[in-house]
Amino acid sequence: MNIPYTVEERPDTGLANGKLGIWLFLASEVMLFGALFSTYIILRVGATEWPHGELNIPLGAINTVILISSSVTMVMAWASLKMNEWGKHRLYLLATFVLAAVFLVNKYFEYSAHFATGEGPWHSTFLAIYFTMTGLHGLHILGGMIVMAYFLGPGAKLWKTNPDQFANRIEYTGLYWHFVDLVWIFLFPVLYLL
Amino acid sequence: MDKSATHHPTVAHPHVEHAHEELGFWRTYVFSVDHKWIGIQYAVTGLLFLLFGFTLMMLMRWQLAYPGRPIPLIGGLFGQDKAPGGIMLPEFYNQLGAMHGTIMVFMGVVPLAVGGFGNFVLPLQIGAPDMAFPKINMMSYWAYFLGGVTMLASFFMPGGAAQSGWTSYPPLSVINQGQQTMWLIGMMFLITSSLLGSLNFITTTVQLRAKGLSWMRLPFFVWAQFVTSFLLLLAFPPLEAAGILQLMDKVAGTSFFMPSGLVVSNRIVTSMTGIAQGSVASGGGNPLLWQHLFWFLAHPEVYVLILPAMGIVSEIIANNTRKPLWGYRALVYSLVFLGFMSFIVWAHHMFMTGMGTTMSAFFQTTTMIISIPSVVILTALLMSLVGASIRFTTPMLFALAFLPMFGIGGLTGLPLGLAPSDIHLHDTYYVIGHFHYVVAPGTIFALFGGVYYWFPKATGRKMNDLLGQLHFWGSLVAINLVFFPMFIEGLAGMNRRMYDGGAQFAHTKSVLYWNVVQGYAAWALGLFQLFFIVNFFMSIKWGKAVDRNPWEATTLEWAAPSPPPHGNFLTEPIAYRAPYEYSVPGAAKDFTPQFEPERA
Ligand code: HEM
Ligand SMILES: [Cu+2]
Repeated sequence: MNIPYTVEERPDTGLANGKLGIWLFLASEVMLFGALFSTYIILRVGATEWPHGELNIPLGAINTVILISSSVTMVMAWASLKMNEWGKHRLYLLATFVLAAVFLVNKYFEYSAHFATGEGPWHSTFLAIYFTMTGLHGLHILGGMIVMAYFLGPGAKLWKTNPDQFANRIEYTGLYWHFVDLVWIFLFPVLYLL
Repeated sequence: MDKSATHHPTVAHPHVEHAHEELGFWRTYVFSVDHKWIGIQYAVTGLLFLLFGFTLMMLMRWQLAYPGRPIPLIGGLFGQDKAPGGIMLPEFYNQLGAMHGTIMVFMGVVPLAVGGFGNFVLPLQIGAPDMAFPKINMMSYWAYFLGGVTMLASFFMPGGAAQSGWTSYPPLSVINQGQQTMWLIGMMFLITSSLLGSLNFITTTVQLRAKGLSWMRLPFFVWAQFVTSFLLLLAFPPLEAAGILQLMDKVAGTSFFMPSGLVVSNRIVTSMTGIAQGSVASGGGNPLLWQHLFWFLAHPEVYVLILPAMGIVSEIIANNTRKPLWGYRALVYSLVFLGFMSFIVWAHHMFMTGMGTTMSAFFQTTTMIISIPSVVILTALLMSLVGASIRFTTPMLFALAFLPMFGIGGLTGLPLGLAPSDIHLHDTYYVIGHFHYVVAPGTIFALFGGVYYWFPKATGRKMNDLLGQLHFWGSLVAINLVFFPMFIEGLAGMNRRMYDGGAQFAHTKSVLYWNVVQGYAAWALGLFQLFFIVNFFMSIKWGKAVDRNPWEATTLEWAAPSPPPHGNFLTEPIAYRAPYEYSVPGAAKDFTPQFEPERA
């Protein structure tokens, strides 16, 4: 038995199943982070004072650049597939993976600087929301890396048997990755700058 | 454009296809990816949880009727930390209450209504071979299962299960000694499960509808599941966020929901439990924030509880009145409108929190608006009965009873939705009566009806009608004796969540005897469920064998064999007409199925 429209689009909706599925998933993610941003606003509006300058802005800015670059390489990884350039695809996907890893390493340095002074999430409401939101975002990065590792490793053989489906999967991974990137683009100014 | 060319003849050669589909025991019965089996797994697990939740409630009813008297027979089993000498401790009562609500809502009704019926019926009704993502479907069941195991395990851990109600309001939920952390982790699993399920349902409905099955030809049940899935998809993530925040409060010493300078039992709360033991709580948190996030989920959640039930009832009513549903389009539009509105009424649960009159005015207005589509749906279903020659089958009895029971539940919601009257009624048994009328003789009756109705499709056999009738009439009388007195108690001012059932207050003395009546009625209700349990298992083996369309119904699921094979249909089903073409003038039979080609 096979399920229709796993690879090709259904004519009247113009969608393949996976495409709709990933968009719905992202919609739920928007609600998840939306709730956390709302929490941030409510806590901040209700606070008598709000700390500034506790975060490492240069490192945060570097991480922003890294994530934006990784979104570009992700698109290139997909586009290379569409142009049938397997070697380039591998390279770009690996680059995305490495950039994601560098992001997490930077995050690790930021976190450990806080913990070194004993200022964990329990220290203040600001650090509480900072650790919660960036922590959850970091888990999303990690999730993306696991998916990429899969497509770099065992998942890659699908390219031989069903290149269209493989390209679709990379596209969906990309959509997710752009979302994770976008969340950070909100997180950075909200937590570091404002 | 030639539509037929774009559709796949998915199961054109069933015998060839199925010949090599020999799966082992594990992949057939445990880690199955077949939507029908997953549906049955969900339904059976859900029914078991309903039974378990019912048992917890029976213990509570004993304590309410006879406060402080040892629990007979089994009282000794609970141990010193729950019921020393068989006498229930207040902490244990709170555990029972919290877990009763959690289990009934998140592990009983929703998994049965959405996971069970949705999974089993929806793909069949739209003529699909399976769900769009069968593996994700399997994962969603197992996430639910793990959530259930986590919740159950919490009873046996130090401090016992969570104690702060299904609503888990902080600060109490954060500072009490029960396993709130396990509750939160369990909820994460359940939320994951319904996210996976809902995106699967939506994708399946959009993508896998059979040829000819346009949106306005969808059975109402499919519409109900479709809208429900959107509620699950978009309303659960904020609760997930709230759960993460509360978990941080529990284990990482944050104070998202903990105000500064909180005083409990004459002591200022300075430290949180968990890894940050000893560290000073930073304070500055906002307990109302939890309530907003929680009800942002939980109001849509109550529609998750009711919409699938409405879907089931509509199918049964159309089939047993042998008439098209009255006002199909009005039903669909009301349903969609209801879905939208359910996102902007949540703070009607918070009139008493001091959030301000502007907020109250807004939310009471939206609450009044949302009752309009509910009334439209109920009216359309009632109008469907007018002038029909009704077949009083067992499923139909349950569907018929749903209408007035849901009516009582909905109408009693109106005074709650208006801030001035809610001030009197909030946190009393009146609220308990209100939502139990909607969920128990409402939704759960509809679910029973659905079991009787689709049982032949799942097993190829009908359930016994006599046992079904006994189950129905007994349950109907008993359940009303349990829940109707709650309105009387509530109006007299009896509070909910009282360990002694209100005995400590003078103003409720005159209504306390109702607690005893409810105790007996709950026993009767439990006993009448035995008819169902016996009938269920007996009929699997000895029920009357039936063909593919025993109810002479019109929707697509009845085109598949009973039970349908993996892949469902022997030939690709095509929908030629609207879903409820009963008693078409000039037709030879009183039903013209969707899948029957136009005669040349
Ligand atoms: C149709 C119109 C309805 C209206 C106007 C309405 C209104 C309300 C209001 C205002 C409350 C809060 C009362 C309070 O705490 O003081 C409430 C509680 C509740 N309602 Fe409804 N409701 C309606 C339908 C439903 C339906 C369809 C369901 C479920 C299937 C439902 C389930 C609940 C539950 C579970 C609670 C109690 C929550 C708790 O505090 O534990 N309601 N309702
Ligand atoms: Cu509500």
